[in-house]
Amino acid sequence: MFNLRSKNSAGQRRTLLCIAIVFPILVILLWQYASSSGLVKASLVPAPLTIAKTFVSYIESGKLWKNLSVSFGRVACGYLIGALCGVIAGFLMGLFKPINAALSGIVSVLRPIPTIALVPIVILLAGIGFVSKVVIIAFGSFWPVLLNTIHGIQTVDGKLLEVAYTYRIPTGKTIFKIIVPSSIPAILTGLRLGMSSAWMSVVAAEMIASSTGIGYLITLSRETANARVMYMCVLVIGVIGLVIDKGLTRLEHYYLAKTRGSVDGK
Amino acid sequence: MAESKNILEIRDLHKEFYIKGQQFKVLSGVNLEVKRGEMLAIVGASGCGKSTMLKLITTLEPISSGEILLDGEPVNGPSPKCSMIFQEARLFPWLTVRQNIEFVIPDTVSKEKKAEMVDYYTKLVGLSDFINAVPNQLSGGMQQRVSIARALATRPELLLLDEPFGALDAFTRMTMQQEVLRIWEQDKTTMIIVTHDIDEAIYLSNRVVIMGKNPGVVKKIVPVDLPFPRDRTDSEFLKIRGEIMKEFLGT
Repeated sequence: MFNLRSKNSAGQRRTLLCIAIVFPILVILLWQYASSSGLVKASLVPAPLTIAKTFVSYIESGKLWKNLSVSFGRVACGYLIGALCGVIAGFLMGLFKPINAALSGIVSVLRPIPTIALVPIVILLAGIGFVSKVVIIAFGSFWPVLLNTIHGIQTVDGKLLEVAYTYRIPTGKTIFKIIVPSSIPAILTGLRLGMSSAWMSVVAAEMIASSTGIGYLITLSRETANARVMYMCVLVIGVIGLVIDKGLTRLEHYYLAKTRGSVDGK
Repeated sequence: MAESKNILEIRDLHKEFYIKGQQFKVLSGVNLEVKRGEMLAIVGASGCGKSTMLKLITTLEPISSGEILLDGEPVNGPSPKCSMIFQEARLFPWLTVRQNIEFVIPDTVSKEKKAEMVDYYTKLVGLSDFINAVPNQLSGGMQQRVSIARALATRPELLLLDEPFGALDAFTRMTMQQEVLRIWEQDKTTMIIVTHDIDEAIYLSNRVVIMGKNPGVVKKIVPVDLPFPRDRTDSEFLKIRGEIMKEFLGT
């Protein structure tokens, strides 16, 4: 089954693709059967078809889009702030050793804090308005951007720096024309992971006194014990997260291929 | 002082490394003079310090003791008179061929002049058609040509080549050797090429410096007084090859 040949033959790939499509369909069919036959309680685990119907009715009534667009706005604001801070702080920490020494302790304590644990503190400091939601999302997206930016800058190829040295390239030019461009792939990865992370923080952010948003819909459905809406929203969040990640990955590869030629099979 | 006849003079050069407190002598008293316009090859077993010597000339590594005079002056930091070509092309992957070469020309040079120089040197290395390509679109040999054009664009008086074709396949290597000879004859830049390929050393150089290992010293200098282009199967060529081989096997 497992082989060391890195490339599968065309036939094998087709088989794997079939499995990748057929298996999830099987799971859904099984789920449908279990739920509709009463094997599991439909009020706790609604059947896929019920969830799909809920989805369609929410689309038709415009409820889903209304809430999603509010969430998108919050994510966009939070992400922009978080990513910008991440890139700036990453550059400062990556380029200047004293700044890195000063901040790395704080970073290593703050980084493992789950976004949701921050909610009460943020409410205390920033209240229950738009700002606190944006802060939570910004916090979530900040870390991947920061860490990848630092990593990108610190792993600049020493051989290129030797070239800069022998050709007497001034420090400013070395930073902006060698170190910055060579860390761009890592920064792009950070920006992509930051976006995923911003989207994942939206539910936590919308637990704060919201009356709109996809996260609010989940909270509301919990309070009204409406399992169908709950499942539908969770799935919608997952699918949107997937689309965002795939889209940004494509964009990243496209940009690198366009500016640097083929990126050696990566 | 008038322009010195020797572009490079190395006097009693020593270099030691410390690895975990233990001293390693890499070079122990190297003396060498390189004449202006000369093509000098340095051969030696790996670990004899031949690459280290180039790093000392470019000040990528500090010397332990001794003296390196570049054009009569002791080296003190990277000199505009000296450029180095590494085993890998070391191009900037986000810049085109043109931008890569332009990058190392000082900003005191006007834009038009820069463009003119880039055109000249890309033509010299035969890459005019690829001036707007990025390194990833070029083969290994072509990338190394760009690196040569880049080194020449700074108008160095001394060009150091550190096993420049070591990473290339045998056929590309032979073409590149011819290219370097052609460039050398056309441009008259003094070149020092470090290599572990004895044929390459004889094919290219006026003198072959053989370095010994433990401690690193100049063991022998073999002059190569053959007309260019040289025939690798010529009896004189093979005689010199035998002479150099003997030095290696004698250790």
